[in-house]
Amino acid sequence: MKVNDAIWGALLLLLSVTILIHIQSFPNIPGQKVGPALFPGFIAVGLAICALALIAGGLAARRRGIEQAPWIGAEAWMRSPRHIVALTLVVGVNVFYIRFVDMLGFVLTGVIYLAALFAAFGVRPRWIFPLALIITLVIHYSFYKLLRVPLPWGLLERFAW
Amino acid sequence: MSSAWAQAFALVFDPYNLLVMVVASLFGLFVGAVPGLTATMATALLVPVTFFMAPIPATAAIVTATAMAIFSGDIPGCLMRMPGTPASAAYTDEAYAMAKKGQAETALGAGLVFSALGGLFGTAVLMLAAPALAEFALKFSSFEYFWLVLLGLTCAVFMTSDRPLKGFVTLMLGLLVACVGLNNPAAIPRFTFGSTELLGGIGMIPMMIGTFAISEIIRYAVDTNPPLRIVDQPIGNVFKGMWALTKKYPVQILRGNAIGTLIGALPGAGADIAAWITYAISKKFSKEPEKFGTGCVEGIVEAGSANNSALAGAWIPALVFGIPGDSITAIVIGVLYMKNMNPGPSLFTNNPQNIYAVYLLFIMANLMMLPLGWWCIKVSKQILKVPRAVLMPVIMLFCVVGSFAINNTAFDVTVMLIAGIAAFFLEASGFPIAPAILGVVLGGMLEENFVTSMIKSDGRVLAFFERPIAAALGAMTLAVWFLPLLLRHLRRLAGIEVEQ
Repeated sequence: MKVNDAIWGALLLLLSVTILIHIQSFPNIPGQKVGPALFPGFIAVGLAICALALIAGGLAARRRGIEQAPWIGAEAWMRSPRHIVALTLVVGVNVFYIRFVDMLGFVLTGVIYLAALFAAFGVRPRWIFPLALIITLVIHYSFYKLLRVPLPWGLLERFAW
Repeated sequence: MSSAWAQAFALVFDPYNLLVMVVASLFGLFVGAVPGLTATMATALLVPVTFFMAPIPATAAIVTATAMAIFSGDIPGCLMRMPGTPASAAYTDEAYAMAKKGQAETALGAGLVFSALGGLFGTAVLMLAAPALAEFALKFSSFEYFWLVLLGLTCAVFMTSDRPLKGFVTLMLGLLVACVGLNNPAAIPRFTFGSTELLGGIGMIPMMIGTFAISEIIRYAVDTNPPLRIVDQPIGNVFKGMWALTKKYPVQILRGNAIGTLIGALPGAGADIAAWITYAISKKFSKEPEKFGTGCVEGIVEAGSANNSALAGAWIPALVFGIPGDSITAIVIGVLYMKNMNPGPSLFTNNPQNIYAVYLLFIMANLMMLPLGWWCIKVSKQILKVPRAVLMPVIMLFCVVGSFAINNTAFDVTVMLIAGIAAFFLEASGFPIAPAILGVVLGGMLEENFVTSMIKSDGRVLAFFERPIAAALGAMTLAVWFLPLLLRHLRRLAGIEVEQ
């Protein structure tokens, strides 16, 4: 998804102005000329200059011809429901993981996580569940047992091994 | 000196370390050979595992895996016209054309043999240049470091993109990310919005995993290209004819190695850019440039050796100054800090055995590449058939657990996800990612040296040019910034615009 430079520029300009306002609240260091606001301030000014150049460039490209510089360039996947579902799921399963892993535990969350993605990417249905279960258990074993990472048990706490 | 070498040998030839190297080799060969998985991603995926290892095996895993991946990226390029890693993209069409003519073994053999040779050449330069530079760097004060970091960041912007403006944007975003947290000279919490998790800053490792692994998986999820077919040609002895090629193209090999190492050593630019540039140079100076693109091995010899020599070259600034030469060493620097092997000139004086061990690791990795790479080519058709629909979700879950494992916090998983999505959208709009990564890695160092210098000089900007080396570095940095603008202005004054 190619977003026009002018839109990027506008967003970045907004960001740099927000930073410039926000850093005013940073305290000064007594007796020193350089405080914690100086460096972010330089960055924000640099970003603002780049943002203005992007806006100018993006608008100039549009004046030359809208076909070459649409606001948001359509790509093949944006017309394919299957790919949009896949993209949504790739992001969605991670949000699901972050939100529910402590409650459901790693094993249950991992199986759901993998099964959803396998389905989205077109793995044969009868393979989805067994693969998701085996791989989750392998990852769990490697990290929980071998590397001693405290992956949460959640609902399966009673069955912890 | 000699006892340090003895210690280095003991560290490297330790059975556990050798086992790590073999496993990392197989991992690297696999990751490189599967399109969509890159050498940088291999490094990012290794970090959570190396986190639990001693410094030398951790470094060994990364050195071996990346060297192997940069070579094996040639395999799908040759057999499917799809580069396994971006470093093979420059000569993918050439190698594929050779495979269609039935010369797959020559293309792959050249890739293998000259990759190993390039890696060894880069290592030799690393061994010679790094200690000399380190001795020189011992005299550096905050003024020199400030300019050096700024020069490195500038290089990254101009080397990694044909549109420096977009490189500047991602650099600024990276520097901004580096500002988050308490870790600044004044120790004031900045941009933390009251979150305790942000006080320590944004985790570098989860961010790198997101940037280099999650973004690739998103790209796979929205890839609408039909699956590629593998060229069905038997692959014979890949070592056949390599000696003849060496005798035929000595200049090309040497030039590829030298330019590759140099580009690797330039901050931000790595193996992929080295391959593009050396391939173009090879064509320009070739006696038969008309053959390029039709399946001629000359460009593969030169660019194939350049991308591996760039890998070793990138370690020169990384070890001596803590300035990464490419995105792989950007991750490596994070690992070295975690392992208390903080890069910098003192690493060479205080712990020379670790540095010597790194040299040995590079030599070993490139020698191991010959037999293991030969075997990988043999089984390549099986590797290329691995279903990516299964592989990609597994890698993603691994990334999630890996990001979690560094600090045992779910917050890092969120950082990983956001970094992945951001990298995907930025790259889709033509913003290069390497400057952002360098910004994050070097932001703290840039600010610290800037603030220290300002305090030392009591706010006098001219003090930044008073020491000779600082002045030279400063002048170079400013030249890179302003020369292009000045040249354009002069051209306009000279009336060249009339032609348009």
